[in-house]
Order: sequence, then structure tokens, then C-alpha cells
Amino acid sequence: MTATPYLRLSNVVKSFGAFQALKGVSLDIGRGEFVCFLGPSGCGKTTLLRIIAGLDPQTAGTVEIAGRDVSRLPPSARDYGIVFQSYALFPNLTVARNIAYGLKLKRKAEEERVRDLLALIGLPDIGAKFPSQLSGGQQQRVALARALAPSPGLLLLDEPLSALDAQVRLHLRRQIRELHDRLGITTIMVTHDQEEALTMADRIVVMNHGDIVQTGTPGAVYREPATPFIADFVGTMNFLKGTVDETGRIRLGSIHLHSARPLTPGADVTVCVRPEDVVIHRPGPVNTIDMRIDAMEFLGPFHRVRLTADGFGPQPLTADFSANLVRDHRLATGDRLPVTLPAEHLRIYPAA
Amino acid sequence: MTANALPLRMKRTGDALALDGALVLLGLFLAVFIVLPLAMVALYSVYDRNDAFVGLANYAAFLDTPSLAHSIGNSLTMALVSTAITTVLAFTYAFAITRTAMPGKGVFKALAQIPILAPSLLPGISLVYLFGNQGPLRVLLMGESIYGPIGIVLGEVFYTFPHALMILTVALSTADARLYEAAESLGAGPLRRFFTITLPGARYGLISAVFVVFTLVITDFGVPKVVGGQYNVLATDVYKQVVGQQNFGMGAVVGMVLLLPAVLAFAADWIGQRKQTALLSARSVPYVPPRRPWCDRVMFALCVVIAALLVGILGTAAFASLIRYWPYDLTPTLAHYAFAEVDETGWRSYGNSLILAGLTAVAGTLIVFAGAYLVERGPAHTGIKAAVRLLAIVPLAVPGMVLGLAYIFFFNHPGNPLNALYGTMGILVLATVVHFYTVSHLTAATALKQLDAEFESVSASLKVPVWRTFFRVTVPLCLPAILDIALYFFVNAMTTVSAVVFLYAPDTKTASVAVLNMDDAGEIAGAAAMAMMIVITSAAVRLLHTGLSHGLSQRTQTWRKR
Ligand SMILES: Nc1ncnc2c1ncn2[C@@H]1O[C@H](COP(=O)(O)OP(=O)(O)O)[C@@H](O)[C@H]1O
Ligand SMILES: [Mg+2]
Repeated sequence: MTATPYLRLSNVVKSFGAFQALKGVSLDIGRGEFVCFLGPSGCGKTTLLRIIAGLDPQTAGTVEIAGRDVSRLPPSARDYGIVFQSYALFPNLTVARNIAYGLKLKRKAEEERVRDLLALIGLPDIGAKFPSQLSGGQQQRVALARALAPSPGLLLLDEPLSALDAQVRLHLRRQIRELHDRLGITTIMVTHDQEEALTMADRIVVMNHGDIVQTGTPGAVYREPATPFIADFVGTMNFLKGTVDETGRIRLGSIHLHSARPLTPGADVTVCVRPEDVVIHRPGPVNTIDMRIDAMEFLGPFHRVRLTADGFGPQPLTADFSANLVRDHRLATGDRLPVTLPAEHLRIYPAA
Repeated sequence: MTANALPLRMKRTGDALALDGALVLLGLFLAVFIVLPLAMVALYSVYDRNDAFVGLANYAAFLDTPSLAHSIGNSLTMALVSTAITTVLAFTYAFAITRTAMPGKGVFKALAQIPILAPSLLPGISLVYLFGNQGPLRVLLMGESIYGPIGIVLGEVFYTFPHALMILTVALSTADARLYEAAESLGAGPLRRFFTITLPGARYGLISAVFVVFTLVITDFGVPKVVGGQYNVLATDVYKQVVGQQNFGMGAVVGMVLLLPAVLAFAADWIGQRKQTALLSARSVPYVPPRRPWCDRVMFALCVVIAALLVGILGTAAFASLIRYWPYDLTPTLAHYAFAEVDETGWRSYGNSLILAGLTAVAGTLIVFAGAYLVERGPAHTGIKAAVRLLAIVPLAVPGMVLGLAYIFFFNHPGNPLNALYGTMGILVLATVVHFYTVSHLTAATALKQLDAEFESVSASLKVPVWRTFFRVTVPLCLPAILDIALYFFVNAMTTVSAVVFLYAPDTKTASVAVLNMDDAGEIAGAAAMAMMIVITSAAVRLLHTGLSHGLSQRTQTWRKR
């Protein structure tokens, strides 16, 4: 990260009575970054966003924006635009007036700015309409334009897509990301949708129970989840319970797996492997198990396959096999096949 | 970095400070004009005429005075009988409006509003005309007098009918069609469906209506004043003790006693309302009444009878005010409208009422809406807000008589710096705003809660001052509710007698008090004429309100449509 971060949170705590919604959050965000706060509902994402915005005071800790301590400043003295889940568009004002709401320009300049913003969100002709005459996706973009109108240095988005249909959501993901890339504005987006975070963010901040549990690029969070919770929350994951034997291998039932890293003998562990990392027999005998196809689910580009084996333990193994692979091997339910769990793709956590 | 143990305080902008200040002012306003006066009543009830502390002696004396103690029984009897009749009639009427396919529902709804437009003195006057010593319908009483329990009950039923109807209509219109479909498919007949679905579904509405009517009757002063005769009730006792005998201590005791049923009713009602909310879920399917020719016809006939009685009562007063001498000389005349002939205040009292109603509507709406805004959407001050919310509810439980009494005690006290208000129009406006505060506040609060919770946050992030969003967004969105509140204040200020009768001065006498005075003086035709002026004015303002609301919804329907 470069010298001074654009946003710096230090030890931010928020208590509601005896309940701690945030337990001392520290985080740096660089200028121009697109960061997603990702976590299950109720983990404190909105609370943190509102503290950054100055809409609710933190119980303790500091917020710095662009090197300035804004911890005690009201929202109007900070520099950001915000889009809420409900959009909070003013229903009695036209789209143009909504967008111009925070502008303090001469009439001509204001009209021009509104026109530019409408073009920016790809809805040049709706200025005279009222919010109730727009679709949800259009309303969302108008809220975005309103937040961007005064050219703030920071854009805050609280679950901006969660109220929309799946189709519109996919489209807007790309649009918001493009907007960010074009304007270079530092953006924080709150979401509980891991796919949204993976596709949009430069960096993901995973939260749980009022704490940050991991920060990293989408690739890092996906490939190297720091905890089983994250492994489960982001993407699909197999969880296999086992014990480390005296040779450092992991015993699952009567099967032994090699790990890429040294392990403490005797420890109970949870082995995680992504379904797409499970492959059909690779040369070399390591981590290859004879398994049976119990069920196959066709999901378009790939099949989700449930595998079991004698001595593998009670837990089935889920694997994703590409449609090509299934066709080439003529796989079908009931087939037996050698399956490899590559050591370098295993994530091993101490058992909870 | 060490985490600070003390909660962090935000720097407050000028805006926020102004809102804080306003919230504190509102709290002070409610404390000074509700809590302190009521406390004075309690205080006076333990002092004697010579300002000596006497403990509960006044209460003992009250119970020892047979005539006063008797009033308790009388008040309870009147309240129970009137409540039973009103609730049955209003339930029938509400059922017809919400659950049948009878024609003319709009007309019936409108006619049911008649009593609200009139002071509660009007039904008394009409009853005297119809059943009094020269009344053409006197024979129907079979030797009984209209002056006394019969008159009180009839008058109270008229006066309380729309209040019960409003509650029951709401209760009955929130029906879930799916329940009826399920019952029908299980083979339940119409009677069974009524007793297993309709009645239980409306039970909180029924309880609520019973309590509201009971409280209204026990605290009403207008009806028993006009047709009570020798039959004493608590509300008239207060008046006699305070205005007649200047016995403030005893008046305070009766006031405290009057407060009791209202407070109980109010508490019970509050509990009932809490439970009501869960009745209708978001997925309910609204009930559309099917055509049932027989049921529809019977209900239509019943509604016609009830509506005819309402119209008849009003019509009697109207007719009597426009003829020379009821019931002997039916020559049309406007002579009874020459009020100066029979009442020294003449038309002035009507002018005063217009001023009172206008000022109450303006001041009341401003205070109530701004107050509700501060509580619902202002910066967080949980403690003050909870206190203000509670204080805003209190007036609902305070009968007008008790409020009037409280204001005399409080403002007439020589040590009170607000003493100068005593005897002015200002105190009438204050008393009326406070008297009708609760319903207005709840209307405003409901409208404000329906707005998106984040409007203020968005404005703050856009660096737009709070007041600008208040005027550009909040007020326009709440305009229908604001109009409703203004109408409510205006009409109630026009018709109210109970608080005002203690507080008016010769200069500020209102039309409703003039009705009372003329009736007292035996000038019943004049009283009827003045009551009609009140009805006409209330009705006209109501029409104006309908027009404005309609125009507003036309103008704003583009953005209201969802
Ligand atoms: N005003 C409040 N009072 C009490 N608890 C609150 C309040 N606001 C939020 N919480 C609690 O704080 C936790 C975090 O809430 P929030 O930040 O809204 O979660 P999310 O991650 O879903 O946005 C939740 O458990 C919520 O119940
Ligand atoms: Mg949230």
C-alpha cells in the first residue's frame, strides 16, 4: 500500500448498550481502491459504513479521511456520497432535481452537470420523470448519480443491488465497477453476497461478529480463506474431518492424505478442498482415492458430482466436473473412478 | 492508539444544535402546559378554601356528600347504557359499510360524520325540542321526562356514534379473505363464520370502541348540561362546584375522580392496540364482500334508520332555528340568528370561535407537526424523545373538564408568571391545542414514519441543511396528513365546550359557550341557531378540506403512484 491511506480506521468500537456491534476494527483503504465489506447479515457492515459516514458516532476509535481526523465531525463536514439499500430518492422531486439536490451551482452549470451525470449512468432521457416512474435498477442508478453529483472523494454503497432482480443485478455490477474505474473514486461497498464481492472488489474485507476476519484480493480470499468460516462463506467448499498421524499425513477414515505443509502429529484438523479442485486421477499415487458417483447434478457448464468411498468416512465429497470432462469420460451415476485431491489445493485448519 | 473508554461525542453543527434546542423547547412546552397544570389539580384536591393543607379531607367530604357520591353511580350508569347502545349501533353500521354489498356506502359514511361537526350541546337541544314539554314526540316517552337519564343516553349515543364507528370500521375493514375462504371450504355457515372469524377479528376494535365511548360519555359535559335536569353526573358537578360555588378543592376532587376511568380506559385501550398490529400480515388478501341480497337489504334498512335518526336530530335543531316558535308557529324566520337580542355577546362569540379555531388549527398544526418531526426524525436523544412521546399521549386521557380546571388552577395562580395569559384568547388556543394534541400527534408521527428512514442521512451527506430537506421533501410528502391535522384542530376548536367553559372571559366567549349560555337562559331557539352556525362552519371547512385534499392528490398523483 502507498504512503498514506485515503481512509484509515483505527480501533473502531461500537456498542449498543451491552452489545458490541464492532469490536475494534482497524483498516486502511488506498486512494482509488474498490473495497467490499463482506459478511453475513448482522455482522456490523452497515454499522461500520455509517460510522465512516458520520451518521452514527462510534463508541471509540478514530476515522481519518485523506489524512484528516474526522472522528468527531458531522456528515456534512466529511466528503463522501452515499447510496442506501432503499435508495432514499425524494419521491416528490424529479430525477433531475434529485440529482441536483446537493449541487450548489448556477442554474446553467447545474443543468449541465445533471445532464453529464445522466449520461454517465446511461439514462440520458429520464430527467423529467419522478422516481416512482422508474424501474428499480433505474432508481438505483439515479441514487448513484445523486451521490456522485458533488464529486465526493469517497463513495459509500450499502447493499446497493440487493433489492434488484438477478438479471439487473448482474448488469449493474459491471456498470458500477466501470463507473468506479472511469472516475477513480475510492469506493466502499457493503454486501452479503460473496459473488458480488468477488466480481467487483479490488479488495475484500470479510467481517464476522463485529470483527474483520480477513482482508485480501478476491483471489486470495477465495483460494486462501483464513478460517473455515470464510471458506464456507465464500464459494463452495468440502469440509472433511480428520486427524494428523505420526508421519504428518492426515487420516480420514481409512484413507491418508498428504499435505503440502508440515502438520503437528495428533492434531484434529478440518481439511478443505474446493469442488473444482477435485480432479480425476492425476499421475502419481498421492491423495488418489477410488470413489463412486452417488449423484450428479447438471448445472450447465459443469456437473456437481457427489462422491463416496468405503473408508472415506461418513461425509460425501462434492466435485465439479466440466461438461467436457463428463462427456469424454462418459461419467454416470454409479460409476467408480480414481479421484485426486491435489495436496497444493488442500486448506487445513485446526478442528473447531 | 488506545481506545477511549468514554463515548465519543460528535461535534454538532448549527443545524443539529437548533434541532436539539427545538426538542428541548417542545419537552418544556408539554411539561409546562400538560404536566404542571394537571399536578395543580392533584394539589388543589388536598387543600381547602383557605389554602390550608387538609390531606384527603376533600375526598372524604366528597364521599360523605350524598348528592356528589350519587353522581358517581349516575355517571357510571349513563356511561354503561350509552356504551352498550352506541357500540351495537356502530358495529351494525360499520359491518354494513365494510362487509356487505349494500348500495350508498359513501352517503352513509358521510352522514355518520354529522355529530362530529356539532357541539355535544346540539343533540340535547334537539331532544328538548322533540320530547320536551311541548315536544311533538313526547307521547313516546309514556309519561317519562326527557330531562334526565333518557335524554342523557339518547344525546350521548348521538354524540359518541361517529367515534365508535371510526374505530369499528377500521377493525372490520382489516379482514383477511383467505380466512373466509378457508372457513367456507370447511363448510362453516354464515352465522358460524360471523362468530368464529368476524367477531374475534374485530375484538380489539370492539374493546377499543367500548373504552372510547365509555370515556367520552363519563367526561362529557354538553349533553347532561342541557337535558340532565335534576339527574346529576360528575361532569356537571365539576362545573357546579367550580363555576357555581367557587369550591375549587371539591372541584379538583371530582376532577381527579373523572380522570380515573379515562386513565384506566386509556391504559386498557393501549394494551389492546399493541396486540392489534399482528392481526393483518403483509400477505393477507383483502376481503371483498360478496352479494347477499337478504343480508344486504336488512343491513341497508338498518343503516337508513340510523342515518335518519342522525339527520333527524340535526334537522330538528336546524328547523327549529329557522321558524318563529316551535312547534306552534312554523313561519320561516331568521330572527333567532339575531343573537344580540338574547345574548350580550351577540355575533362576537361566533367571531371569537372562528379566531379560536383558526389560531388553533395554525398553531396546533405547526407545534404538532414540528414536534412529531423532532421526535421521529430528529437527531438521537433517546431520553428526551421517550419523554416527549409519553407526554404527547397524556392529553388523550385527560377529559376537557379536567384540563379546563387544571388551566384555571395553574394560570390563575397569582404566583405564575404566565398569569397574564389568563382571560386571553391565548389560553383558549393553548388549552384547545393541548386538549386535541394526541390524535394529531399520532397522525403526524404515522405519516413521518412512512417516509424513507434515510432522507435526513442523504441530505447530510450532500451537505444540505436539515431545514431545506424539511421544507422541500418532508412537508410536501406529509401535506395530506398536515391538512387532516389542521381540519381536526379546527372542527374540534369550533365545537368544544368542556375546557373552554372554564377559561373564557367576556371578550373571548366562544360560540359553543354562547350556545350553553342561551340554553341556560331559556333561549333555546337562539342556542339552536348558534349551534347550527357551528355545524355549518365545521361542514364548510370540512368541504374545503376535501377539495384541497382532492386537488392535492390530483396534482401529486404522478409521483404518488407506486
Ligand atoms: N440501533 C441499534 N441498536 C441496537 N442494536 C443495533 C442497532 N443497529 C444495529 N444493531 C445491531 O448491530 C449488529 C450489526 O448490525 P448491522 O451493522 O446493521 O449489520 P449488517 O452487517 O447486516 O449491516 C446487529 O446485530 C444489529 O442487531
Ligand atoms: Mg446492513
